[in-house]
Amino acid sequence: MIENIDISLVDWSRAQFALTAMYHWLFVPLTLGLTFIIAIMETIYVRTGDEEWKHITKFWMKLFGINFAIGVATGIILEFEFGTNWSNYSWYVGDIFGAPLAIEGIMAFFLESTFIAVMFFGWNRVSKKFHLLSSWLVAFGASLSALWILVANSWMQYPAGMHFNPDTARSEMLDFWQVLLSPVAANKFLHTIFSSYMVASMFVIAVSGWYLLKHREKLLSMRSIVIATTFGLIASLFTAYTGDGSAYQVAQIQPAKLAAMEGLYNGKNGAGLIVFGILNNNDNDRDEDDITMKIEIPKMLSILGYRNADAFVPGINDLVNGNKEHQIVSATEKINQGKIAIDALAKYKEAKKLNNQQAQDSLQKVFEENYKYIGYGYLNDPKSIIPNVPMTFYSFHIMVALGFYFIFFFMLVLYLAIKQKFENKKLILRLGILSFPLAFVASMAGWIVAEVGRQPWAIQDLLPTIVATSNIDASAVMLTFALFAVLFTVLLIAEIKIMISQIKSGPKGGSHV
Amino acid sequence: MFETMSLLHLQQYWWILVSILGALLVFLMFVQGGQTFLYTLPQTLEEKKLLVNSIGHKWEFTFTTLVTFGGAMFAAFPLFYATSFGGAYWVWLIILFCFIIQAVSYEYRSKPKNFLGTKTFDFFLFLNGSLGVILIGAAVSTFFTGSQFTVNAYNLSKWQHSLRGLEAAFNLTNLGLGLGVFFLARILGLLYFINNISNENIYQRAKAKLLPNVIAFLVFFLFFLISILLKEGFAYNPQTKLVSMEAYKYLHNLLEMPLVLGLFLIGVVLVLSGIIITLFKSSKKGIWFSGLGTILTVFSLFLIAGFNNTAYYPSVYDLQSSLTIENSSSSKYTLTAMSYVSLLIPFVIAYIYYVWKAMDKKKLDMDELSKEDNLY
Repeated sequence: MIENIDISLVDWSRAQFALTAMYHWLFVPLTLGLTFIIAIMETIYVRTGDEEWKHITKFWMKLFGINFAIGVATGIILEFEFGTNWSNYSWYVGDIFGAPLAIEGIMAFFLESTFIAVMFFGWNRVSKKFHLLSSWLVAFGASLSALWILVANSWMQYPAGMHFNPDTARSEMLDFWQVLLSPVAANKFLHTIFSSYMVASMFVIAVSGWYLLKHREKLLSMRSIVIATTFGLIASLFTAYTGDGSAYQVAQIQPAKLAAMEGLYNGKNGAGLIVFGILNNNDNDRDEDDITMKIEIPKMLSILGYRNADAFVPGINDLVNGNKEHQIVSATEKINQGKIAIDALAKYKEAKKLNNQQAQDSLQKVFEENYKYIGYGYLNDPKSIIPNVPMTFYSFHIMVALGFYFIFFFMLVLYLAIKQKFENKKLILRLGILSFPLAFVASMAGWIVAEVGRQPWAIQDLLPTIVATSNIDASAVMLTFALFAVLFTVLLIAEIKIMISQIKSGPKGGSHV
Repeated sequence: MFETMSLLHLQQYWWILVSILGALLVFLMFVQGGQTFLYTLPQTLEEKKLLVNSIGHKWEFTFTTLVTFGGAMFAAFPLFYATSFGGAYWVWLIILFCFIIQAVSYEYRSKPKNFLGTKTFDFFLFLNGSLGVILIGAAVSTFFTGSQFTVNAYNLSKWQHSLRGLEAAFNLTNLGLGLGVFFLARILGLLYFINNISNENIYQRAKAKLLPNVIAFLVFFLFFLISILLKEGFAYNPQTKLVSMEAYKYLHNLLEMPLVLGLFLIGVVLVLSGIIITLFKSSKKGIWFSGLGTILTVFSLFLIAGFNNTAYYPSVYDLQSSLTIENSSSSKYTLTAMSYVSLLIPFVIAYIYYVWKAMDKKKLDMDELSKEDNLY
């Protein structure tokens, strides 16, 4: 099926996708959250008629526009990259994966791109109410776009509603609703958008805090902080709630990811959740739990993963070597079954060419019996089912720690804002500015857990990343990686410089030369 | 409703939809065409701002249509998506780079401290409007001229030319369509400026630039059209599924599908009508005639590439690896599910029409521009 595997090509293809996706994700959370914050502000303007709210709305809209443009620029490549760099993947799952991407275009992108023009240029051209409706539709469209791309991503983690068709040699959709309404998709969507709303709230708080420290734009800043902290607090609570849901789902469908998240090598009943810990050995090949300075909540991992304080949580060794007591099949056994499935598929193709129906039927039976682990058949080393443990472990703990930090931060700021004590709390204002980059760190860390933690799979258990690439030279991908790195970095510098300049000039400053 | 349709009919339905998207994309490239005039049409900074803001209010439609075209191809014809994008790597990557730099250029070009300077962002817009458009035209032309790739029994593809898609730009027929689309986009850009901007100087200069671009368009487009109509085409046998060369295949397609021929001729007449009423009747509504004509012409070109038992993405390296709407599509279930989603398209078109009308009811002029606090 696959002629040969070029590891250098796989690594560069992964590096390029990671680079472009992470650049894109620098801008998406702000787009998702700011659209709602702007729509809320404009709603207050329309309801109260207070012109100051209009100025506030327009100011944040100006900053949103700068961010949105580069978000669009970095986003276009992601859709096409599935074709350019992951063409084997595109054929193998295009029957299922392509649908959400197309729906995203039809349902969400047109909604955004149509009404964003009204949002920016319609103040003097359409009625107040139509303008407000447009702002809400842009907010709705942005989150709708996130829904479809996260449905697609969730399907890679939890391939539901499909079967494999040996005649076409690809996965095909059996039930659209299972793809769309999969519990993983629902949870991932909510977790991602709420965490993005948090990031946007922190942006508003940081900019407003900077103004207050400079004794500027007091009314704008105070009002913006009240909106952003309320929105951010609600979002952060939902982020925590859906994060809990994510941990439960990961335990059920991606046990290796959960083990890596916790650095758990030897499974145990009543496993504890590590609140803080340092991995002593960053070598992925080790086989013992080796965490120092560990602070652990007893039994919490079992509760999170299985809703049972005494439940068994498999460790990496259990998943690699198998564990008969807990009916865990070893990676070696899965690799063997996968190879049988791949071999049966090849022979099925030959039998079909020879028009040998009897052989086809029996080979199809063998194939279907072993298909569950077909992806393992492309692996040779049982240990290759282990994701990068240090990266997953630290990203997970940084994300969770920051998530809780933001809940307390939003609560504190909201309390001070309500008591009107915010303005003079310079420490809190400075903390607000310093915390803004941490919101991005938390968001990025979440994606690292999700994507690095699911390796070696492009499609969980069915298609490893190593066979999903396009049939191209690694040197071509190295070159495009370098081009993207240079271009996106230059554009990022431009974006940051413009953003800082616009913030410094304030709501009454010129937005153009 | 769609469940009762045969797989072939669903495949045809989706080819029609992607053809419509492709046709809309070419019409919306008036934005790209307009971008190529930023150096030559305006004589003052204010005039340049009028031009940039006029097309700047519309650039996202083109961009979104391109992305949706890609998404629809992925969903409906994933083998094309995998084969073409993964194979013709360089041509698609260059096209994408041209669109990446466009997306930031409007918003950033006139902002203070924009790092690269206004001239750089304007050059990005020019590059998007020229190289991006020419390469899209050349890439689409390979639907008629073929590419060099193989597809194995597992439907995994391998590109066989070392230039990875860039070779398309060295084929005269492909170059003909690439340059034809480029000059058509420029014509549409000029017609859009004439319609959307209320400024006598811009109007007169845009009108004066129309004729040379029309002549260039006709030369390149007719060269492409005559080339494909007279050449051998890639036919496939619906029974054996074998692909073979057929003399005058695309001419046959036009003649054997009278409806498509009719649409094509109406399209051409409308494109020319829009130009003629602008040049000789001083009408400012030429964009609507030429725009609709462009949509009909491009739509019919897509239909003759994919319908009437024609391989729409032929391989000249291995004929039997050629892609047809039958062998490259998604499953019946997916096409059916996606067909229900496609029922949203009329609503999308309706709200775009409504918003476009609401936003453009007053022409853009210096006075209007001075009231804007968000300018490109």
